[in-house]
Amino acid sequence: MHVPINTVLKQRKAEGVELYEMTAQDLAKTIRKGKVSAVEAVTSVLTRIEQMEPSVNAYITVMADEALARARELDNRTARGEDIGPLGGVPMGIKDCIILGGARTTAGSRILEHFIPPYDAHVIERLRDAGAVFVGKTNTDEFAMGSTAETSYFGPPKNPHNTGMVTGGSSGGSGAALAAGECIAALGSDTGGSIRQPASFCGVVGIKPTYGRVSRYGLIAYASSLDQIGPMTRTVKDAALVLSVIAGHDRRDSTSLDEPVPDYIAELDHEPRGLKIGLPREYFGEGLDPAVKRITLAAADTLAGDGVEIVDISLPHTGYAIPAYYLLATAEASANLERYDGVRYGHRTKNPANLYEMFARTRSEGFGAEVKRRIMLGTYCLSAGYYDAYYRKAQKVRRLIKDDFDCALKTVDAILAPVSPTPAFPLGSKINDPLQMYLADIYTISLNLAGLPGLTVPAGKINGSLPVGDHPVGDHPVGDLPVGVQFMGRILEEGTLFRLGAALERHIGRFPVVRGEGS
Amino acid sequence: MKYLPTVGLEIHSHLATETKIFCGCSTGFGGEPNSHSCPVCLGMPGVLPVLNRRTVELAMRLALRVGGEIRHRSYFARKNYFYPDLPKGYQISMFEYPLIRGGCLEVDTPGGTKFIRLNRIHLEEDAGKLIHQEGHADSYFDVNRCGVPLVEIVTEPDFESLDDISRFLNRLKEILVFSGVSRGNMEQGDIRVDANISIRPEGQKELGTRTEIKNMNSFANVVSAVSYEIDRQTGIVETGGTVVQETLLYDADNDRISPMRSKEEAHDYRYFPEPDLVPIVVSEEWIERVRSELPPLKDEFINRFKVEYMLPDYDSETLAASPDVAVYLDDMVKAGGDPKKSSNWVLGKVLETKIDINEFRKNVPPDELVKLQEFTDDGTISGSIAKMVFDDMAATGKSADVIIKSSGLTQISNRDELEKLARGIIEANPKEVEKYRAGKKQVMGFFVGQVMKLTKGKANPQEVNAIFRELLS
Repeated sequence: MHVPINTVLKQRKAEGVELYEMTAQDLAKTIRKGKVSAVEAVTSVLTRIEQMEPSVNAYITVMADEALARARELDNRTARGEDIGPLGGVPMGIKDCIILGGARTTAGSRILEHFIPPYDAHVIERLRDAGAVFVGKTNTDEFAMGSTAETSYFGPPKNPHNTGMVTGGSSGGSGAALAAGECIAALGSDTGGSIRQPASFCGVVGIKPTYGRVSRYGLIAYASSLDQIGPMTRTVKDAALVLSVIAGHDRRDSTSLDEPVPDYIAELDHEPRGLKIGLPREYFGEGLDPAVKRITLAAADTLAGDGVEIVDISLPHTGYAIPAYYLLATAEASANLERYDGVRYGHRTKNPANLYEMFARTRSEGFGAEVKRRIMLGTYCLSAGYYDAYYRKAQKVRRLIKDDFDCALKTVDAILAPVSPTPAFPLGSKINDPLQMYLADIYTISLNLAGLPGLTVPAGKINGSLPVGDHPVGDHPVGDLPVGVQFMGRILEEGTLFRLGAALERHIGRFPVVRGEGS
Repeated sequence: MKYLPTVGLEIHSHLATETKIFCGCSTGFGGEPNSHSCPVCLGMPGVLPVLNRRTVELAMRLALRVGGEIRHRSYFARKNYFYPDLPKGYQISMFEYPLIRGGCLEVDTPGGTKFIRLNRIHLEEDAGKLIHQEGHADSYFDVNRCGVPLVEIVTEPDFESLDDISRFLNRLKEILVFSGVSRGNMEQGDIRVDANISIRPEGQKELGTRTEIKNMNSFANVVSAVSYEIDRQTGIVETGGTVVQETLLYDADNDRISPMRSKEEAHDYRYFPEPDLVPIVVSEEWIERVRSELPPLKDEFINRFKVEYMLPDYDSETLAASPDVAVYLDDMVKAGGDPKKSSNWVLGKVLETKIDINEFRKNVPPDELVKLQEFTDDGTISGSIAKMVFDDMAATGKSADVIIKSSGLTQISNRDELEKLARGIIEANPKEVEKYRAGKKQVMGFFVGQVMKLTKGKANPQEVNAIFRELLS
């Protein structure tokens, strides 16, 4: 049923694959064997960025000179016979909420428009040691607050599959860059779905690891107890490869887990036969686009054909996830964003009359509407007299949601669900309706509250021009909108998710990079 | 009508750690502005705090001293407010789940022992310093103090007199310093006090409206501020007014109190659990280990010096005035030193150097000073040479052994050599010999002095004395 995607890929192979279309795994191997140089790989991607950026806007900052210098350094090392690492020469896009020393890091906000940090995130150190080349900082909702990347101060990225549509968010820039061939692999961060949802909208793979699996040191905090960095790639294997590089304990993050990192790549070779997955009935109810539902159920059928047992399960507190999330996340955010006061770095207002005015005007000018909305919501929720009714109650709900997952995952090995109720929707269509916007994360938020891992894998395409409910499944030409499905698993069992994702990918094929200059 | 004051205190004390509470920067006082800084204590985006576990141990020492309950699980919380000296816009402190609950401090007063109950003791980070220069519109920010660890000690409102306050604070400081919890340098702001004050008519049980005086950095100031505030409140009530709940600042130079903020302007700190840190989990084993490492208090030192070491009262009390000096003396005795001779060294030459005892200790460890004394005891060097060797040790850090050997300071006790010198002096000074023989025994000092002069002080004076007595008899 999804054969056409593979057909496109086969056709591409016959035409010759461009370097920017390759997977991280293949590209690193090709560079290691000396068939192409890191400079050639980086040049291919940089050229592609130049070509696509006017219509996609995936990047806030492109680091062409730094990337080429780094590629030359890697080529010199290869020439000396050195092993440059499992990601040697692979051009990567880094979400602009992740600190990359020496490069402008904005978190999509005016308040950090000119901020150049003097230190690196833990994940950046790990990737650099593994030989990755950073080609730029990808677009994001301001401080990762949004579901479409439209709250970015630097303008929204556009979905390469249809540039009238959103990329999803907040890691929309990373999703778009992958889909358009503007990087080979990317990092995103996921607080309520910010990796998984744009991965679904852009037709790529994204994993939110278990909370604590990847160090948050150097991730600009939105909601500390929910934030997690994860890979976004074009294949499941690439996601496994990147996660194996960035996962592991870091003593600079007290919430980082001191647990061994399994061989994720080896997991991919295990057939999923014998695994049991649950379909949570609360995720298939009202509000779910029928086509998205059909694609998700089709994915279940496909896996059933591989010997995976499919059962119905219940996550009874699902309906409380969004209110609990918007109390806890905004409460933490209201404190996390207090440091942007104009005193030490970042934007500072001109000629304030006094201290209070400096704080107030700096923040009024520096933050956008959605960030202000969340700061106010969080401040309110923590205020004297409201704490028990909001924050404390939301913490209790969080516990119940976690218990739901723990209970369900005692009987099944993983959970399969839609990522978002709809495919990508038109730019601007929800930006003025926060409640509608928040619903785009209805199937992803619970997992962050539970601290568990979740993987998005492309599962089909929908014709975006047809009205909701009228989409035939599969068999669509390039240009239509991708839809992913989500596997959710037990704590630290990312391997099981990769196993299931790889099995689905074997049937459906990976989505090819969008050709041409966008539409 | 008589009014009774009720006073409670909040004491902030810096902890004596080498590094800050949530990063590896130095806690040293007086560094160049912003020299003790890193992305973490500067509150840069994306950085995270990591707890310095030593701070927990030091707070636990205090808990063990005051009988506070060390909770097996406690949590940090964020205290939110905007101020330029607070880089993150929140202070990492403790709120609902402090490290230590309860406890009590015994204070000796002329009227007998009083018990001041403690409500809680918790850990938190200090803020930075703002520097305002006269004539400059801009203010400057020094981050060095940001993240220096503090314990906050909150008492119950158990103080009924100014004397109680003063005695309590001095006793608390003694415990903090002797337990190694705080360095206790008041002039460096190591201990700062807030006071909550209310008055009520005699006979009334219910407490009156309280005011809070913030941030006093000397105990004398606390007493005069509280005294001033009690008078002020009494004046208000006696003239039919009502005390308003507010936060005040005490100006010690002019003995004046001024309002800082009213109840309406009071901050809503919006405390919530700090998500970047995991709970502090304290096991019984950890508590027992800290207990076993508790250094002695002042009284214990004095008692040990008097009873075990048989030192005079003056020596015992002077040595125990500082825990580091007391430990130094103690270590000398443990290294085999005679208690009184060791005490003479410490109270004499050691304190005369005016070098901080811990610095001094790096050059002259206690066992080295004991060795120096042993060289004197066994006659290798004279007492006056020992003082010279001491100076060299203190200045260079060389051992007594090395100094004595390398500079040939070994005492001359060789009888033949000394006798030769003595005969020469007797020959050259017939007049003095005559005087001595005529009974002027004090001339002996002259003879001995001559030998000392010739040997540059290295002759064994007892030996020289004996030789002269023999030759002149």
